[in-house]
This record gives sequence, C-alpha cells and structure tokens, in this order.
Amino acid sequence: MATQHSRAAARLMISPAVILLLLWMIVPLTLTLYFSTLRYNLLMPGANPFVGFENYSYFFTDPAFTTALLNTLLLVGGVLVITVCGGIALALLLDQEMWGQGIVRLLVIAPFFVMPTVSALVWKNMFMDPVNGLFGYLARAFGAQPFEWLTAAPLLSIIFIVSWQWLPFATLILLTAIQSLSSEQLEAAEMDGARFGSKFLWIILPHLARAITVVILIQTIFLLSIFAEILVTTGGGPGVASTNLTYLVYIQSLLQFDVGLGSAGGVVAIILANIVAIFLMRMIGKNLDA
Amino acid sequence: MARAVTTRRKSINTAIAWAIGILIFFPILWTILTSFKTEAEAISSPPSFLFFDWTFENYAAVQERSNYFRHFMNSVVISLGSTILGLIIAVPAAWAMAFVPGKNTKNVLMWMLSTKMLPPVGVLIPIYLLFRDTGLLDTRTGLVIVLTLINLPIIVWMLYTYFREIPGEILEAARMDGATLRDEIIHVLTPMAVPGIASTLLLNIILAWNEAFWTLNLTAANAAPLTAFIASYSSPEGLFYAKLSAASTMAIAPILILGWFSQKQLVRGLTFGAVK
Amino acid sequence: MGTITLDKVTKSFGAVQVIPPLDLTIGDGEFVVFVGPSGCGKSTLLRLIAGLEDVTSGEIRIDGRNATETPPAKRGLAMVFQSYALYPHMSVRKNIAFPLRMAGMDKAEQDRRIEAAAKVLNLSDYLDRRPGQLSGGQRQRVAIGRAIVREPAAFLFDEPLSNLDAALRVNMRLEISELHNTLETTMIYVTHDQVEAMTMADKIVVLRAGNIEQVGSPLELYRNPRNVFVAGFIGSPKMNLIDGAEAAKHDAKTIGVRPEHMSISTTDGQWRGVVGVSEHLGSDTFLHVHDTGLADTLTVRCDGEIGVHHGDAVYLTPQPDKIHRFDEAGLRL
Repeated sequence: MATQHSRAAARLMISPAVILLLLWMIVPLTLTLYFSTLRYNLLMPGANPFVGFENYSYFFTDPAFTTALLNTLLLVGGVLVITVCGGIALALLLDQEMWGQGIVRLLVIAPFFVMPTVSALVWKNMFMDPVNGLFGYLARAFGAQPFEWLTAAPLLSIIFIVSWQWLPFATLILLTAIQSLSSEQLEAAEMDGARFGSKFLWIILPHLARAITVVILIQTIFLLSIFAEILVTTGGGPGVASTNLTYLVYIQSLLQFDVGLGSAGGVVAIILANIVAIFLMRMIGKNLDA
Repeated sequence: MARAVTTRRKSINTAIAWAIGILIFFPILWTILTSFKTEAEAISSPPSFLFFDWTFENYAAVQERSNYFRHFMNSVVISLGSTILGLIIAVPAAWAMAFVPGKNTKNVLMWMLSTKMLPPVGVLIPIYLLFRDTGLLDTRTGLVIVLTLINLPIIVWMLYTYFREIPGEILEAARMDGATLRDEIIHVLTPMAVPGIASTLLLNIILAWNEAFWTLNLTAANAAPLTAFIASYSSPEGLFYAKLSAASTMAIAPILILGWFSQKQLVRGLTFGAVK
Repeated sequence: MGTITLDKVTKSFGAVQVIPPLDLTIGDGEFVVFVGPSGCGKSTLLRLIAGLEDVTSGEIRIDGRNATETPPAKRGLAMVFQSYALYPHMSVRKNIAFPLRMAGMDKAEQDRRIEAAAKVLNLSDYLDRRPGQLSGGQRQRVAIGRAIVREPAAFLFDEPLSNLDAALRVNMRLEISELHNTLETTMIYVTHDQVEAMTMADKIVVLRAGNIEQVGSPLELYRNPRNVFVAGFIGSPKMNLIDGAEAAKHDAKTIGVRPEHMSISTTDGQWRGVVGVSEHLGSDTFLHVHDTGLADTLTVRCDGEIGVHHGDAVYLTPQPDKIHRFDEAGLRL
C-alpha cells in the first residue's frame, strides 16, 4: 500500500525519532570513549592529557572491579531465578478458580508500581532495621538475635528487595501467557491421562517458553542498571560488598570526580550489556514475526 | 480456563492465593498504616497494627518540612512532559512503520529497542557534563529531555503494535476521500488509536514517575521529583518512620492507582507486544 | 466527466511484474467490471487507477489530464472498499461528511448533500449511529454514500459485495446498478464473481496474470469468447470443453459447448453418457453426465422437471451453430 509519495512522507515522519535516538546514542557514547582515554579529574583543573588505556588498566586492576562484576552478575542472576520461578508458581496459582481473583491479582502486582527509592527505604528501615524493623521484632518475639540484614548480608538483602519489585512483573506476564493457553489442549491432555506434573512439563512450560524469554530479556535490561536500591540502602557497602558495576562507576565519577576512570567503567558496562543484549535480542527477534 | 472445580478445591485455592497476595502487598499496606501513626507508635514494640490513634499530622509535617508539593509537581511535570513529548515524536514514526513498512522497518525497530540496552551509567558522565555546561542540570527541562529519549523506544514500539491492528484500508479510504497526510493522522488514525495511545501514555507516565537513575543523578533541590526527594529520607529522616511512610504513601498512591487500571496494557507495553 | 485512459501501464513489485504493459480506455459513464480469478491483478489495477499504488511505467489519464503523479486525494475519484473501511469513531453522518469536510465545503451544502444521499440509500434513520451498530448491508450503503456525496469523476469498487451474504448480495447488486442508471457516472468495479460481472457491466475486462484476455460487453464475451480461458470463465455453469478426436472432427484443438446449448434425449443423439449428479434448481436442472468418452463430465442444462435419474443412459446433442472452436494456442477459430 505504498506509493513514492507516502514512502517519502514516511521517511520524513520517522526521521525525528531516528535522529534523536541516534544522537542520544552516538554523542554520549563517543564522549565516554574519548574521556576514558584521558586523565581527567574534575577536582584537578587544567590539562587533560591523553593516557591511552591507563584508566582501563586502573579499572581492571582495582579489586573493587572484580567484586562489582561478580555482584552485578549475582544480582541479575539471583533476581532472575527468584522472579521467574516465583512468577511461574504464582501465575499457576492465580490461574486457578478462586473467590476474589481480581483483587488478589491487584495485591500481587502492586509492588511493581512502587518507586525504587520508596521500596528500598521501606524495606531498609521498617523491615530490615535490627532495632525498629518488623523482622527484628519478629526475631526477638521468637527469642532469637535480630539479624543485621544490610550489614551482614547486604547483597542478599538487595536481591530480596529487587525481587519483591520484579516478581509482580514476571507473574503478570506469565499469567497472561498461561491464560492464552487453550483449555481444550489441557482437557485433551487430561483425556490422554496426563497428571498435573506431566501436564505442566509437557504442555504449560513449553507454552510459556516465549513469555519466559521476554521476562528474562526485559528484566535483564533493567537489572543490569540497578542503582537507586543500592544508593539508599547500603551505599554499596560495607566496603564494596554490595557495589555493582553501575554503582562503582557512579562512585568513581560523581563522588570521586574521576571522569577518566568513570568513563572507562562506563565503557566496560556497555560492553557487558552488549554481550548480554546480543543473546537476548536474537531471542526476541525470532518472536517478532509471530 | 473456566472449568468446574469443587467448592473445597476452590476454598483452598482462595485461602492460599489470598495469603500470598496479602504477604506480597504487606509492605505497602504497612507503609500506609504507619503513615497514620505517631512517630512513637511507629516504632513501638510490639508493633500496633490497626488499633492506634489515627493521625494526619505526618502528612502536614512532610509538606511543612520539605515543601513536598514542589517535588510532587516536579514528578507530574517531568513524567507528563516526557510522555507527551515522546508521543508527539513517536506517533508519526509509528505511523510510518506500521502503514508504510519498508525493507528496513524491522531493523529500525530492533535498533530502537537496542538503544534501551545502553546502560545509563555508560553515558552518565558526558550527559552530566553536557547538562552542567548548558545549565540543564537540576532543571525540569533537562529531565524531560532525558526521560523522553530513554522512553522513546518503548513508546514507538507500543504505538507500532497498536497501529498495526488498524486496517490499512481505512487510511486509504481517507486518502481517497481527499484527506492530506496530516488530516489522515489527526482525523482518522489518532481517534481510532485512542485506546492504544491512552495505554501508551499511562505506561510511560508510570515508567517516568518511577525512574530512579537519571532523576537521582541529574537533580538536586530544585527539580528533584519524588524519587529523589524520597531518597533524601535515607538519613537521618529515615528514622522518622511515620513521616517517611506519609511521604512514601503520597509518592506511590497516584501511580499505584494508575497502574492497577492499566495492568493489561502493561504486559503488552513492557513486552514490546510479544505477549498480549 | 469521467474518462479514464491507461497507456502502457505496468506495475512491478520488486522483480516481479504483476501487470505487463496494458492499454485500456474507459469511457465517460460506463460501468466497467474487472473480472478474473484471484491474483490476476485486478485489484492492483484498480489501486493504480486510484493512486494508492504508483505505476512502474506508463501513464494514467483522467479526463485527458495526466494523473500518473497525482496523489489519490487529488484525482477526484471515490472508492468503496471490500471491508467498507468506514471510520469506526464517527457517526454515519460524519462518515459521509468526511470527504466534504476535507474539501472544505460549507456546512449547509454538506448537510444538503448528506440528506440527499441518505435518502437515496435509505440511511436517513441511521445517520446518528456508529458503523458498529449497523448491519453489513447498511455499512455497505454508508460506504457508497461516502463515495457519492463527493460527486466524483468515477467510482471505484473493490469487491464490495464479497462480505455480504448471498441474498443481500443480489439486492446490493441491483441497488448499485440502479445507482449507476441514476448518476450516469463512470464506475469501475472489481470482482472475481462472473455473475456480478455479467449482470452489472456495460463492459467487462477479463484479466489473467495481469494481462487483459478480452474486453467487451457481457453478451459479446458470452457469444464470442476470444480464447479458452474467457470461454471457461464467463457463463454459469461453465462451458464444456472437449479435446481430442471429437474436436478434430471440427478442425480444432478444443471445442466448447455451453450446457444450455445441448439438447438431451433418452433415446437417441450424438453423444451417449450416464447421468451422475443432478442439481435441481426448480426452474432448471443441471445434469452432470459421465462416461461420454469426451471429457470427465459434461454439464447440460435441461428442463426443471426432467425425469432422468442417477445411472440412466442419456444422449446429448450440441446445437451445431453454438459450438466454439479453439486452436492449439487456445485462441478462437
């Protein structure tokens, strides 16, 4: 349905979006790459000499880098495992017949709409605080020593908080996918004598494959850049125990004002994201035509 | 999957599901309840659940101490502004891709999606410096620009999936009826796509309202939206549970309600149309 | 006025040429039907005339003016789509008014024309409804209404009746023919249904694979099909085509006899066969006759009350002056 006229119009109409996104990608990216080769600290005005890969070697040899990289992967992996498994279980549960299904659904998805700083602060202060938090109170009520969540297990605490935020997302998408499975298929399986276990394994899970892919893709995009939750709870500590790559770059650039080093970290974060993205884009690309 | 189950089975399902639902919702409920307590009651041991003296003083205190309303308005302006600006840029683009698809349409869409994969921290420094040098740091305008750009791919994608459901013949009919391209988009496409545009609007307001990387890094006292304002409760005000709760409740309530209304569209929007 | 001329028009999608060079003239006030099997390029041809697709080469002239590069909005043509393509968010009145509004016509004149169109199309009671609240036939009429208010140079119809049920289709066929008689405006009508073509057209254009197989009035095509394809396509039930020795007797590769041009007898005749399925329509009966040794099946139209049964032996005799002869290339001899 296209004439040269409409094709010309189409090009014109698509260009603002494309040009803006192109600028948004290329300008900062080029600058980041450029800065990463300079000795450039905002606290030390003057010349910013070219130093080649010096920043990268600093960044890679910094023991904090290894920790941050590991933390990033643990954070993404941990949250993905919890939310996908929990999401499947919850979706299966919510798909059952019950009274007040709509309301339960609203309760379950609510955490997704809570802004990261609020959820982090609420969990940190009102639940995980060993003195005044609810968990501390429960521990004492059972005669146990309150657990110092954010100092004793900072990364685990953050994984927990982030999982709480993203579990609703996984549940909602998987539930939508389950509900699109035709009941005839399940009934046919039942007629064939399938019990719940085999029904789940052979019919429901394959049907969910695409939705699970999508959940992993989208969550990964967001989870690689977790920031606010760390900022307001542990501040990356104790030490660098709960610092991820994003937070490490933030510390170096905006707290220590080391533009060169921070940029090198930024480039590393981009490379990491791209490695993950290439795999994930392939998966979603296949799903595009369907 | 409407299939007959026994009442017993249904009761068990109901009990388990409600228990889990309440457990998941509990932190929000607890925050709301705490916002109506006095500071002393908020940290009392044992904690009081419902039977306490309900008070609104925390809400008043939050406004008084830190000009809550200003931050609220920042959130409104930034999320609405970036969403509307995004729509204005995205509607024509989505029209073009949905109704005049070319060889590269799919590639352009995938490329737009890939810009979402760019970790913000990778471009934080140049953006920060650019904003500092152009005076955009800590301004609403600056944040509107950034949030428009980071949400633009999602807006284009959502609109694209909605537009593709509109039959091309109707737009051709408009063309035959003498409509110019502008008429076609304003009088025919846009009104027909109102439900899709509305869901896109809603989802992007939610995303922009809760965005907590750029808002934290690019604002200070002046343009800080609620995300950044709440972060300032990290310490020492965080110890005032009741006030923290009041501020939090006000920050999440509007979006929670919007979110509940748009849960269906949320799935579609956040999965780029891959799950409907 | 509404004279449309296609001059060596071609259309390719990528490397595939769907319309080879094609010339056609459509006179003012004519009712022209493009007919052909699906994929023959008839809709593409219509869309080229409408301006919804660019021609690859050649020229389209409307009233003598070169319109090849003119956008659809400026060609002064109106189109009725297969899906009706009504604007679902507008009332019937607004739908019909849309082209007038686009033309910047003043409100009073708009109203006058809408009322007039609504009266002609029996839509006066439905003007404030939305398309979603109308039946298929009513939607079809709204689509036509939207086309006629503009007073276009020509109407283009793209399989407008294919979404209607059989009874409504017959009705709408009559209404459109009636409309043509009243308006006396050029109409170009695309269909795959040869019955629609035969009943409505002043001039039929038979298309196959983008080529014009024959142009002519319904009766010309019926009487003198230019080739085997047209012979088989026009007429219902289809013409019987016979190859081999029987055709050779007539100095032809293939001969064709229409079912209505054969007489039937239970005692004697030219070709003997056995009755298979009989389709009783009341007024007529179509007999499918097998085992003639000429073709798989010969179809013959006979009297509605004919008393032959499945398995009976019958004799068929073609009317000698109604036998069509075709050569090796399928062309009429």
